[in-house]
Amino acid sequence: MEVNGLMPLPDSYDYDLIVIGGGSGGLAAAKEAAKYEKKVMVLDFVTPTPQGNSWGLGGTCVNVGCIPKKLMHQAALLGQALQDSRKFGWQFTEEVKHNWMTMTESVQNYIGSLNWGYRVALRDKKVTYENAYGEFVGPHTIKATNKKGVEKLYTAEKFIIATGERPRYLGIPGDKEYCISSDDLFSLPYCPGRTLVVGASYVALECAGFLAGLGLDVTVMVRSILLRGFDQDMANRIGEYMKEHGVNFIREFVPIKVERVEEGTPGILKVTAKSTTGNQIIEVEYDTVLLAIGRDPCTRKIGLDKVGVNINEKTGKIPVNDEEQTNVPYIYAVGDILQDKLELTPVAIQAGRLLVRRLYAGATTKCDYLNVPTTVFTPLEYGACGYSEETAVEKFGEENIEVYHSHFWPLEWTVPSRDNNKCYAKIICNIQDNERVIGFHVLGPNAGEVTQGFAAAIKCGLTKEQLDSTVGIHPIFWDFFKFFLLNCVHL
Amino acid sequence: MIFSKTFCPYCNKVKELFRSLRVDYYALELDVTENGDSIQQVLAELTNQRTVPNVFVNGTHIGGCDATYQAYKDGALQKLLGDNQITEPYEYDLIIIGGGSGGLACSKEAASLGKKVMVLDYVVPTPLGTSWGLGGTCVNVGCIPKKLMHQAALLGQALQDSRKYGWQYEEQVKHNWETMVEAVQNYIGSLNWGYRVSLREKSVTYLNSYGEFVEPHKIKATNRKGQVTYHTAETFVLATGERPRYPGIPGDKEFCITSDDLFSLPYCPGKTLVVGASYVALECAGFLAGLGLDVTVMVRSILLRGFDQEMAEKVGAYMETHGVKFIRKFVPVQVEQLEQGMPGRLKVTAKSTEGSETLEEEYNTVLLAIGRDACTRNIGLQTIGVKINEKNGKVPVNDVEQTNVPYVYAIGDILEGKLELTPVAIQAGRLLAQRLYGGSSKKCDYINVPTTVFTPLEYGSCGYPEEKAIDEYGQQNLEVYHTLFWPLEWTVADRDNNTCYAKVICNKQDNNRVVGLHVLGPNAGEVTQGFAAAIKCGLTKELLDETIGIHPTCAEVFTTMDITKSSGQDITQKGC
Repeated sequence: MEVNGLMPLPDSYDYDLIVIGGGSGGLAAAKEAAKYEKKVMVLDFVTPTPQGNSWGLGGTCVNVGCIPKKLMHQAALLGQALQDSRKFGWQFTEEVKHNWMTMTESVQNYIGSLNWGYRVALRDKKVTYENAYGEFVGPHTIKATNKKGVEKLYTAEKFIIATGERPRYLGIPGDKEYCISSDDLFSLPYCPGRTLVVGASYVALECAGFLAGLGLDVTVMVRSILLRGFDQDMANRIGEYMKEHGVNFIREFVPIKVERVEEGTPGILKVTAKSTTGNQIIEVEYDTVLLAIGRDPCTRKIGLDKVGVNINEKTGKIPVNDEEQTNVPYIYAVGDILQDKLELTPVAIQAGRLLVRRLYAGATTKCDYLNVPTTVFTPLEYGACGYSEETAVEKFGEENIEVYHSHFWPLEWTVPSRDNNKCYAKIICNIQDNERVIGFHVLGPNAGEVTQGFAAAIKCGLTKEQLDSTVGIHPIFWDFFKFFLLNCVHL
Repeated sequence: MIFSKTFCPYCNKVKELFRSLRVDYYALELDVTENGDSIQQVLAELTNQRTVPNVFVNGTHIGGCDATYQAYKDGALQKLLGDNQITEPYEYDLIIIGGGSGGLACSKEAASLGKKVMVLDYVVPTPLGTSWGLGGTCVNVGCIPKKLMHQAALLGQALQDSRKYGWQYEEQVKHNWETMVEAVQNYIGSLNWGYRVSLREKSVTYLNSYGEFVEPHKIKATNRKGQVTYHTAETFVLATGERPRYPGIPGDKEFCITSDDLFSLPYCPGKTLVVGASYVALECAGFLAGLGLDVTVMVRSILLRGFDQEMAEKVGAYMETHGVKFIRKFVPVQVEQLEQGMPGRLKVTAKSTEGSETLEEEYNTVLLAIGRDACTRNIGLQTIGVKINEKNGKVPVNDVEQTNVPYVYAIGDILEGKLELTPVAIQAGRLLAQRLYGGSSKKCDYINVPTTVFTPLEYGSCGYPEEKAIDEYGQQNLEVYHTLFWPLEWTVADRDNNTCYAKVICNKQDNNRVVGLHVLGPNAGEVTQGFAAAIKCGLTKELLDETIGIHPTCAEVFTTMDITKSSGQDITQKGC
């Protein structure tokens, strides 16, 4: 079998499977393969950030993604809980402060235990783990370079690329020198102070949200729209809520220069920004600038060209078929680096696991990338499953969809008497198909917990009629939600 | 004149119609009449109709059931009856007795369909004199205040957790009962007012009076001052709900409180004994302990009867590790007052259910939560012949919520063999009004109704408890998937690992369809609701596995359950 490259194929391979990248998808695939008695190796290596930050095994989600952000979001929610609790009769001193270091230490300790847990799990499953950077050097052959620069060559019959993504930098003066990204924030050894968040991705809004919730002065600089790709009606409501809760927004501006005014932890930075619609220039000082303008796949420096794996030259993403196979048959890919797929931990895990079952256990089930639920942990959480309203209109035509929607007021918010008419839910139905639910959107507390079951229901073909005949649980806000859903129709 | 057969449902329907119009009729039951067959033959020749019922009014042939109802709808029937009937039109189309969740939902729906509707609502004060406004149990002394007080307790936990998350404030934290009760009661007050306003907006007549049937289609309404008015209606809906039961021991009504008193108690209850192990008992015990009180629960036999017992025991175990004491297999036999006060001091004497052992203990407050009784015995049902179950006072209805008296319907907690849940009553009330006045035929579905118990560790469920599933399908036909889980938010707070638990019961004979779903953990209600919709849509284990999780949530555990109970594999979480 002559595949690619000029090097001769080895006679036998060191491993059945080498997984490049020890994140959620890679680890799930490796552990699953070990179940079927395959000889598996995982290569994981974290290239330090420009600020010198790096972390342990487990990938983005565990170290610099879902886990720490949800925990810091929880810290912010607890700040709200402290305020609410007085209305519920709890009495304590007026003065409440937040200590960034205590929080970060708790969060990092927990992450440390997860890193350790992954190492142990790999050892238990007899998966070889190398803390080394993997790079293809020829067909079926990879070079692993560890921290000390020691290089080793390994061969395998099959490979899974699961290298994930890293934050994008702006390419403006001062960005790498003075700015931080989400890769730095969660282990920042000092409170960031007055913070400018650049970008309006979910990472940007989530970070801005919890920083403000911890009492910091936070500004978000947005080039154009909030939460591109998400339902825009919902995205704007999220922005409104954040604004009302003290987050400043600078719309239609982009930074062009970051300078250091004063060193320190944090220091003082001067940000120069330019209007996207005119020539207006502004200059503002912040203690910290957090860049969250997007993420790039780590696919350009792993020797893919040596083995002939195609990537999208523009985005760096890897196109795969519906079985996660690249154009090189023995090389597969899972996770955030896939072209046109979702960048979500559970998707990577599901894809990795199912891929391995197909490879080694004769399974045929493919990963279903449709109707994947997701939640944005902004101060007002946003859960969604299925189509956004815009996409639904585009796909089915405005006349063929019916949207049911309502505001609701969570019972727990009534006593503290806050934020009435902020929580909102909407359901998009396809009239042509028995009013099947094709989009589900909710803004409110515990939106993730709420959305999960409905995602299962949508998987089962939920229709509006079935939804109506489902009895609500009282007195969670669903009941209010359902009550209004029955009454309100918006065309 | 109705030519009828005793077993014919259409004949009965016609008779109901005449009864509801208060028209005396003569029915000849052809199947029990000697020459029934030949009468039917003659009828066929005379009217070209062989079937029954065959209805004549004052000599005019009307026809069968459909024809009679049609004649009723277009008024022809009333015209024919007119001559020998003293036509006194009813004052209302519909009178509803009871202004709780079900009654209000039904009244508003009927009014929006153009009917003239009256709601009677009256709260008989508790033995200690507590009463409340419009809206029924749920709003005043049920779901709403209990969830709010549960929230107060959760916030107490949040205060503790918050330190681990970096929040700093003085060590000493106290809870002020009066502040909480006032806040809760203010919110309830706004709801009471809201209901009044919405009834007015829908032109529903509201009377704050006690309703009691005095003759068919006629009710006596007595207000607080004892003033009496009488009202008639074509149709009635009973929605009187239930009230807490007293054990009938010395001192119970004099010195004990119930959930009817607790949520507006003007003083902190102090050291409290909760009697009973119903969900009301455990929820109240849970939040009282969460507010820092010394709480003991006295249990006659099992916890949460009717719920999955494995889950019930876990609910109890969690409460016990969080400071609630349990006295099992004892019942109180006497309550004495040692000292008056707010709260005072009470001495409770209890007796073992297994032997002759007795014990005595002092408490500040004794809360009775041993069950609830339907309010159906003092509303004149016997006068108009509505049957109730003599033992428990519940009202048997058919699948369209109709009692044995055709013009009287019933909804809510007083129904026999149905679920006592607010959303069920609301759904039933609305659908009933839509069937009565909106030409709908949709019935309330009492199957796969989700519910949540707001104990300190919340418990959400939908479908069968494991025991009932085994009864129904047989153990060999079931597969139970289960797992423990550790909510991310609890990890940093470093508490309660391996206590949250999820379980899914599948029917192997039916494509591994999910027949029961149970979860113990934070936000269990939010987690359960969507899965209830999924179960309604025929959720199977395969579909559940194909559903992608939302990370990081508690609800995602349901998408990755691969350990079966029968395998006996370890489900404890180790570190991560």
